[in-house]
Amino acid sequence: MSDIALPAIASPRTRWLRRYGLASFGAVIILAWIFAAIFAPWLTRYDPNFVDVAARLQPPSASHWLGTDALGRDVATRVIYGARVSLTVGMVVVLVGALFGTLLGASAAYARGWAEEGLMRLTDLVFCFPPIILAMAIAAALGIGTVNTVIAMLVVWWPKFARLSRSLVISQRSMEYVEAAQSIGFGPAHILLRQIIPNAIGPLVVLVTLDLGNAILVFAGLSFLGLGTVPPTPEWGSMVGEGRELVQQWWVATFPGLAILTVVMAFNFMGDGFRDWLDPHANRR
Amino acid sequence: MPTAAEPLLQVRDLRTWFLTDSGPVRAVDGVSFDVHAGETLGVVGESGSGKSVCAKSIMRLLDEPARIVGGSILFKGRDLAHLDDEGIREVRGREIAMVFQDPMTSLNPVLRIARQLIEAMTAHGRFTAAAARSRAIDLLRRMGVASADRTVNSFPHQFSGGMRQRVMLAMGFSNEPSLLIADEPTTALDVTIQAQILDLLRGLNRDLGTAVILISHDLGVIANICSRVLVMYAGEVVEEGAPEELLTDPRHPYTWALLHAAPRIDAQAEDRRLITIEGQPPDPRAWPSGCRFRARCPFAVEKCAEHPELLPVAAGRAARCWVTQEGGSLHTPERARPVVAAPVDATPAAPILEVSGLQKHFPLPKEAFFERQRVLRAVDGVDLQVFAGETVGLVGESGCGKSTLARLVTRLHEPTDGKIVFAGTDITHASLSAIRPLRRRMQMIFQDPYASLNPRMTIGEILAGPLILHGIAGDAAAARTRVAELLDLVGLPGQSVTRYPYEFSGGQRQRISIARALAVGPDFVVADEPISALDVNIQAQIINLMVDLQERLGLTYLFIAHDLAVVRHVCDRIAVLYLGKIMEVGPAASLFARPLHPYTRTLISAAPVPDPRVERTRRHVPMKGEPPSALNPPSGCRFRTRCPIAEERCTREEPPLLEAAPGQRVACHFPGRLT
Repeated sequence: MSDIALPAIASPRTRWLRRYGLASFGAVIILAWIFAAIFAPWLTRYDPNFVDVAARLQPPSASHWLGTDALGRDVATRVIYGARVSLTVGMVVVLVGALFGTLLGASAAYARGWAEEGLMRLTDLVFCFPPIILAMAIAAALGIGTVNTVIAMLVVWWPKFARLSRSLVISQRSMEYVEAAQSIGFGPAHILLRQIIPNAIGPLVVLVTLDLGNAILVFAGLSFLGLGTVPPTPEWGSMVGEGRELVQQWWVATFPGLAILTVVMAFNFMGDGFRDWLDPHANRR
Repeated sequence: MPTAAEPLLQVRDLRTWFLTDSGPVRAVDGVSFDVHAGETLGVVGESGSGKSVCAKSIMRLLDEPARIVGGSILFKGRDLAHLDDEGIREVRGREIAMVFQDPMTSLNPVLRIARQLIEAMTAHGRFTAAAARSRAIDLLRRMGVASADRTVNSFPHQFSGGMRQRVMLAMGFSNEPSLLIADEPTTALDVTIQAQILDLLRGLNRDLGTAVILISHDLGVIANICSRVLVMYAGEVVEEGAPEELLTDPRHPYTWALLHAAPRIDAQAEDRRLITIEGQPPDPRAWPSGCRFRARCPFAVEKCAEHPELLPVAAGRAARCWVTQEGGSLHTPERARPVVAAPVDATPAAPILEVSGLQKHFPLPKEAFFERQRVLRAVDGVDLQVFAGETVGLVGESGCGKSTLARLVTRLHEPTDGKIVFAGTDITHASLSAIRPLRRRMQMIFQDPYASLNPRMTIGEILAGPLILHGIAGDAAAARTRVAELLDLVGLPGQSVTRYPYEFSGGQRQRISIARALAVGPDFVVADEPISALDVNIQAQIINLMVDLQERLGLTYLFIAHDLAVVRHVCDRIAVLYLGKIMEVGPAASLFARPLHPYTRTLISAAPVPDPRVERTRRHVPMKGEPPSALNPPSGCRFRTRCPIAEERCTREEPPLLEAAPGQRVACHFPGRLT
């Protein structure tokens, strides 16, 4: 058998890097941003809201690494502090939306009948509108402010989780282990929460991760339009909005924009990594 | 088979490995055989023995990471193993055709049958589209498809499994190949349809002279058609010979084990325990250095540490075994004689389960708004009694309602009508909480060992759940003790507790499933096809376990299966179901000795026996067509559309289930007329 040429087998390290390299890169970026958000006061010597009109619109320099904005505030400092709002809002919207949507969708799918029908029609109703337009309309009606914007986003956010968890529960429901649990005598709450949902959690985790970037992007978009945070709170979207007319002073809009870009991309890398990890077919090789 | 002519196909030392990251999986590891023109070669072996990979290697239908790493496949002067992609496409479909196991996925669902058949013929440039079309209709007619000129325009989903397999055969034969490879072509089909397809295959081989390689796990199927048999084990051919000799006087212990592990429909055993071999096939990443069967072999000798070659053991026979090569023989255990039906003793006790007039109708979604509501009559008026300590078998083709009946009895479904009395309590419409205490006495074992255990729970959690729910184990320590007892009861090691289902094989999982059912200490167990997803030898192990447990714990079984031989082997009484109704019910021995309902008679005759000599003497009653839809069952007797003895009366009057012999009740106007 020595004459049979076997292809070189990649070392485990190479294989791991090939599969999870980007995902770990994403995770490192996210961790760095979380670290920056928590330790913001120690990372910069400026106050994010300190107005210094004398130093307005300074290009990047040794004292202001990323320059200053129209009110002379340090852009680097505001980008770092901006991570606090963006990350928090993104996580709250997605996690609360996912929890609410999943429980609703899963229970409806398990109960079947009119409950399921009603819930699905409700999600259809939300899906009728472009999400950002609907969120804008609700946010505008509730009034400007971070909390109101979060509520507006939650209204458009939960249906996708309800839909996904419904289809996952329906596919799990027909498995024999569910019938086995029923024949042992377990009640519906136990079967749904302890038996079915743990088996359906994989795709939900992937969607949550991929969606974090999306939520941050939508919130930044709403802030850009002036609906999100109230000035002078540092927030990436509103910072881009403030810098949008300052073509000569490119740094005012570019750096918060880059911050959005890195976070969204990092979450997407992580989501893709989770998907690969949870995919049984990809796992085999 | 000494033939003067050159063999059609010569496979020499074929090695197909899966080159995975964790090392090569040596699925096919040195296989050699010949196929002569017009011959039917059977290949048997359990899952993982390499038989399908072998077939795919011949067609070169291998996906990464599988690769032919050695050997040659000579076919009409070409080496298929080394042919380029264009060359192999010339061979595929035109000279070698293949029929796959799953007729549900092997046809493209969005294309009409006609188009798929025509494309198969025009692809090789042998037919014009118009010629191919008329040929497609001829072929379908030859394959036994009714009104072929109309049905050729159907989509695959409009066809049943058996019909699709006929279409696949039509496609396979469309280019007049010289070799057809059929990979488990009847495994997904019911026994009556299987008999039809096998008949068809036999006729095609005889009339067209096409050589056939038939891959199957079922020795009965192989015995029926093949002129030569290969037995595969652990990536090698372990025995080769004519079925008449190989199946009556096996020369390899693995063939011997396969033969004795499967219960036979033509013999009633006195002992319900079957002869099994221990353990499982070896790991294909690291085959043992000596004989690969040695660890499980009851005949192993010292010399088996050396790897044996496939050498002649008799005229036209070869085996890979030191014992038989040196003239040793494998003793055949005494087969019990068929006993005369014992008189049924009067039933003294009250039945543990009594079902009367039971119905379950599933309303289907409407296709149009003003359409009448369509109703699937899954179970449509069943009366059945089960007495303590007995095993009642429930048989029938797929869609006859046997699984629904099981789920009604265990109240996973709520009946539409009728009555279920379990242990003196009416549970027909009992609520979840009302029925919970009774679940301690009534449990269920499921068919699919891969789906019936929650993949996210450890074995310990799976087994402790019922104990805690029903307050059987007071504390964690008591639960642990009881779980250890349960694992021991079903023959699994104690350290299984912390492991997850995916770490176990199918047979082991079925043991876990049994342990879970027994956790609450039931006296009545419903087993829904508990062994049909398992290999023959594992089936035998599970049957033995269930028989043991019945004796030790005094269990009552309602045993659902489609395999008549298994049911005959393990059951005291049998109920035959057809389209949601019982056709015949009676003691197993008398039902098989003298079936009174024509359906029972045809079912029994359709089940193949793994002995060509017996098979030739059996009278086969062919069954017409396919089961009608349960949406719209025929008037009068439901079986009349397929019954060979149906008369005008059967369309008008529905025969009641009446006692026609002691303990044997039949729903037929002419009981016992079909012999």
